[in-house]
Order: sequence, then C-alpha cells, then structure tokens
Amino acid sequence: MSQRIPVTELTSGFRDRAEVALADGQLRTNFRTAMDSLMKKRADAFPDEEEREGLRELGNRIKARALSRLPDLLEQLEAKLTDNGVRVHWAETTEQANEIVHGIIQARQGSQVVKGKSMVSEEMEMNDYLAERGVECLESDMGEYIVQLDGEKPSHIIMPAIHKNRHQVARLFHDKLGVEETDDVNELIQIGRRTLRRKFMEADVGVSGVNFAIAETGTLLLVENEGNGRMSTTAPPVHIAVTGIEKVVENLRDVVPLLSLLTRSALGQPITTYVNMISGPRKADELDGPEEVHLVLLDNGRSGAFADAQMRQTLNCIRCGACMNHCPVYTRVGGHTYGEVYPGPIGKIITPHMVGLHEVPDHPSASSLCGACGEVCPVKIPIPELLQRLRQENVKSPAEGPKVKDGGAKYSRKERLIWRFWQTLNTSPGLYRLFLWGATRFRKLTPKNVGPWTENHTAPVPAKRSLHDLAREHLARNGGQ
Amino acid sequence: MSARSNILNKLRSGLAGSIPRPDDFDERLVTEPWQYAPEDRITRLRNLMEAVHTEIHQVSSDNWPEKVAAILAERDLANLVHAPATAHGQQLAEYWQQSGSSVQLLAYDRPVEEWKEELFWEVDASITGTVGAIAATGSLVLWPDRHEPRLMSLLPPLHIALLKASEIEDNLYAMMQRQNWSAGLPTNLLLVSGPSKTADIEQVLAYGAHGPKELVVLILEDA
Repeated sequence: MSQRIPVTELTSGFRDRAEVALADGQLRTNFRTAMDSLMKKRADAFPDEEEREGLRELGNRIKARALSRLPDLLEQLEAKLTDNGVRVHWAETTEQANEIVHGIIQARQGSQVVKGKSMVSEEMEMNDYLAERGVECLESDMGEYIVQLDGEKPSHIIMPAIHKNRHQVARLFHDKLGVEETDDVNELIQIGRRTLRRKFMEADVGVSGVNFAIAETGTLLLVENEGNGRMSTTAPPVHIAVTGIEKVVENLRDVVPLLSLLTRSALGQPITTYVNMISGPRKADELDGPEEVHLVLLDNGRSGAFADAQMRQTLNCIRCGACMNHCPVYTRVGGHTYGEVYPGPIGKIITPHMVGLHEVPDHPSASSLCGACGEVCPVKIPIPELLQRLRQENVKSPAEGPKVKDGGAKYSRKERLIWRFWQTLNTSPGLYRLFLWGATRFRKLTPKNVGPWTENHTAPVPAKRSLHDLAREHLARNGGQ
Repeated sequence: MSARSNILNKLRSGLAGSIPRPDDFDERLVTEPWQYAPEDRITRLRNLMEAVHTEIHQVSSDNWPEKVAAILAERDLANLVHAPATAHGQQLAEYWQQSGSSVQLLAYDRPVEEWKEELFWEVDASITGTVGAIAATGSLVLWPDRHEPRLMSLLPPLHIALLKASEIEDNLYAMMQRQNWSAGLPTNLLLVSGPSKTADIEQVLAYGAHGPKELVVLILEDA
C-alpha cells in the first residue's frame, strides 16, 4: 500500500457536489416536496403500528433465512429455472455481466434493446456498454426515459427523475423529441407512451430487473405501475433479466410479506398496479411471450459484504427507497451528489462493497446518524450501525486488516497520532492538569482556523477557568456539607 | 474456475460454521389483519380498485355480454379482442351474433408475430377472464394461457376483466394456498390492480402509461 492517495483529493467529490446541490434552490424544492409526500404516503400506508412492526420483523427473518442458505438457494433457483426453460448465467463482475448480455444479443443479431427499470443494469452501465457496441438500449420506465433522454443518471432508485419538475421535462421533450412544449403531465406521459410503444414493438431484446427470485418455483417476480416491465418481458422475442445474487427467497409464500413491505414502504401503495411473475419462456402452444428467457446473476461485491456476518445484513435490502425518502442528508443534497448508482443511506452501506472505499471515502460519514433510515427500513437493516462499522473500517491501518474492499481509505498516521496523544492526555491525570493549566492561560493562542469546522462555525476557545478548577472551588466553599 | 463456482465458493466460505436459520414463517401476520366477512369482500375490492380509476360493475352471469356492448358503445369503440376458445369467449360471441353488434369481434388465435402491428396499434379493447381476485389489495389474478395470451390484458387501451364474485379471496396468502400456486405456475402469472399509471413526473398521477388506460371489471353474480 505504498501509494496512498491524499484524503483531501478524494473527499472533494462528494463535498463539492453537495455544495453545488445545496445552493440549487430548484433542486432542493423538488426533493423536499417529493420526500415530504413520500414520507406521508408511507405513514398512511401503515396505519397500525403493531401490524407494521410484525411485518418488518417477519421481513427481516425471511431475508436472514434466505441469506443463511444463500448458496443452496441459488443452486435451487438455477435448477428450477433451468427445468422451466430459463437459461441462468453467473457473473462476478459487471464486465462479465455485460459480456453475457451482449453475447445473447449478438446470438440473435439484435440491434435494439428495450429496458424495464433495473438498478443492476445501472450498476453495469449496460446502456453505455451496449451503445459502444452498436446496440441501442432504450429505457422505458417514464422516469428512466426522461433521465436517459437528458444524458443523466437516476437520482432516486424508485423515482429516477424526481429531481426534475414538469417544466424541465416539458423543455426536455421539446428539445429532444421536437414536440410542442406542454406543462400538462398527462400530455407529457402520452408523448412518452407513443414514442416507446413503437420501441416495444420493434425491440429484439427486452431487459428487466427482478424484485424477488423464488427458488421454490423458479419464478422471477417484478413489480411496477406503468406496464413497461410487462412490455419489456413479454413483447420482444428475448427477455434478459439481470439481478443481484441477494434477491433470491426460499418459498413463494415468502414474497407475501415482502411484497407488502416493498410497495407500502416505497410508494405507500397497498400493491403496485402490476405484479408480474415469470416462470419460463413461451411454451410451444402459446401465442406470445419471449422464446428465450435468461437470468444473469451478478455478484459485484455482494459476496464481499456477505463474508462478514454484520455487513451481510446489507443484503437484506429489497430496494424500496424508504431510507432515502426519510434521510435528512439525501433530502438536502439529492441523489446525484452521491456520485454512484445507489444514493442515500442504502447507497452509503452497499456502494463501498461494490466500488471500494477509495472511491467513496465520504459515504460512511455523510450522515448525522439520526437513525431515521434504520427505523423505516422494511427489512430492519441496522443502517446507522453499519455506517459506524464502515467508519471504523475506513480508518483502519493496513496492519489492522480492514474487512471492506479498499478499507483504510481514510487512514492517516497523523490523525492516528493525534488521537493517540489525545487518549494519553485524557488518561494521565498529571499530564491532563498540565494541559488544563496551559489551555486556560494561553487560550488566546488557539488557532482561528481548525479545518472544515471553521468554514461554518467560529473556532472553539477554551474557557478562562476549567471545570476542574470551578468544581474544586465549589467544593471548598461548600466543604463538609 | 467459472464465475458460478467462484461465487458459490465465496458464499460457502462466508457461511462456514454457521447453521441455516429455521423457517419460522408466521402466516397470521399476513392473514389476520386482512380478513373480511364474505359480504364485505366485494366492497373492499371495489373501494380499493375504484380509488385507482378502475370502473366496476356488478352484473349477472347470464347477461354480462350486454354490459360489455354498452361499455364499448359509450366509448364509441370499433373493435374488441376476445378469446374464442374459452367459455366466456363463446358466450360473448353468441351474444354478438344475436345482437348484431357493429363492434368488430377479433380473436387472438394466432402468434403475436403474425399481427403485431395491428395488435399494438389498432385494437381498441380486450376482454379476458380472471382466476379470482384479492380483497386486501384490490387485485385481479390473471392466469394467461394459450387461449388468453399475455398481451391481451396489456396492449389495448381498454381492458375488460370478468370476475366471479365467488372467487374473491381475502388476501394473497389465502389465494396462493387455495389455488396451490407452489405446485405449478403458468409462464406468466399476473396480479392487476388498476389501469396502467405513473407518477414519475413530479409525483403527479397519470393513467395510461404503457398499458391499458382504462380497466373495467365486471363482477359476475351467480344467476
């Protein structure tokens, strides 16, 4: 570990973006409005606290049980899917996953792909990968479509275009699609519908994510409101589903509570408009549906999180987005500030396993540890606890063997020495008294600039008399009473 | 080493020394809060589905085709795709013949590839059966097959679904158990809880995103 990159250079990314975001009034209004509304919807969807807590506990147990048997369940899922006629592929890295997807498209001589919403495909940067190889890859979820049209990335895992208001979308459609500028949301959606319907009809391949993969029956379950997921998985002759290895659950009945937790936590809906359960390709006598169905199982750092029993809980996540909706940091800085695929609290705990802490050294500390994310998590991931753990891993020295990818990204010998000095000072009475004596007398000499603290606060100055001193005097005055 | 074995080996070494968690699934948590008296099931289903712009009519099981004709006439639609090989498809076709309706009755009787353009752009409405509904969440259960293919309930702007009043279950768990889903699922099992919608722009709800703009449910009471 000879070439440690200076911490200040690394930290500039998140901090700079946060500063820009915080100064953007429009962006802050867009997020504040949306998050307030999503929080209220969730609260309204869980009117009975006892019911909610019972369900969260059950959700947690189902995911913990699935993870405790993960390799077996993945094998069972693969066997069942194969029996059902689905081809299963495994990828350790996003590069491998992209190669697999591209290979399937090439075998069909496909040139047009239409995509349902998939965060795993965002991890893979599949659109760019395929575009570089001459395959058009079009997002069909309205929010994703808007974001892709503007050359952006999603700013929320459920509502990708939540950072934009209707006027911004109207201008975008006008500029890119040549349609008349309209602020009417219904009209904007109908423009999207017409444009994308042709794409659904013409596409060679449909790509989707997976919300739950059921080992018992070999079933891929997808939730959505728009119908674009059903289109992508039904209309084109080939369907490729991409998913993380943590999405498998043991039994069909396990999805009953998870589904309820997911849609209520995410959008405050009792259920989404469509729950789409796919168990195979078109059968010989059937008249529609894809002839080929593929599932790509992606690791991308998940097995690294899995290796540690505490951090394994990260993989409970069912991607509802409730943690970001309730996060005071996310609400203020928005999704793009995180600079990664998964923003907000869940992004802070999952991203380090995917890209390593060197890439996201500020993620674990971009939190006030208020605890809201952990309180609302439908599968009870102790996010604040995991953030603290990542903070520790973030400053471990190479000798201490950090357990996360690129752990120790923020390790600094100088900082470690300062803390060691501080510890000695506070645990040696003689030395401490000497320090107090000096600090109270030379208080005017404390520096005016103490790093980031003084950017927004006045520098701390020791009091004229120490607490020890005052206490001693108080005891002397009231001595013996 | 293949990606598959690398992943599985890593996961297995992560689990070394641990034992699988027991299956302590407590079904009461997903059933008890969601139970209704039989006479309340329809009300619950109606309330939830109507709240998301579904149109619902309670009709008798022998004259529902008349209602279908009226729904199409109200909207001035030119055609309707139906499934001729199903019992309800036959009942509809018979009524159509007797009444001499001007609405063209189409049949989804050939692979999608043979009439994709027409199916995507020119079909106004579809009518399908259901295998039941779920009162707790206001959801129809669709079990597409050779006779009623998957795209029937997705492409036409108007989807009419037939639901037998006696086939409404309290909750998803009860439905799964009664129909024994884990013993065998179709290629594509669907829960449909309203017309297609989106709230992706400013969280403003808009119907008719990619699927049907309208969903009409005819609840068939036993004659």
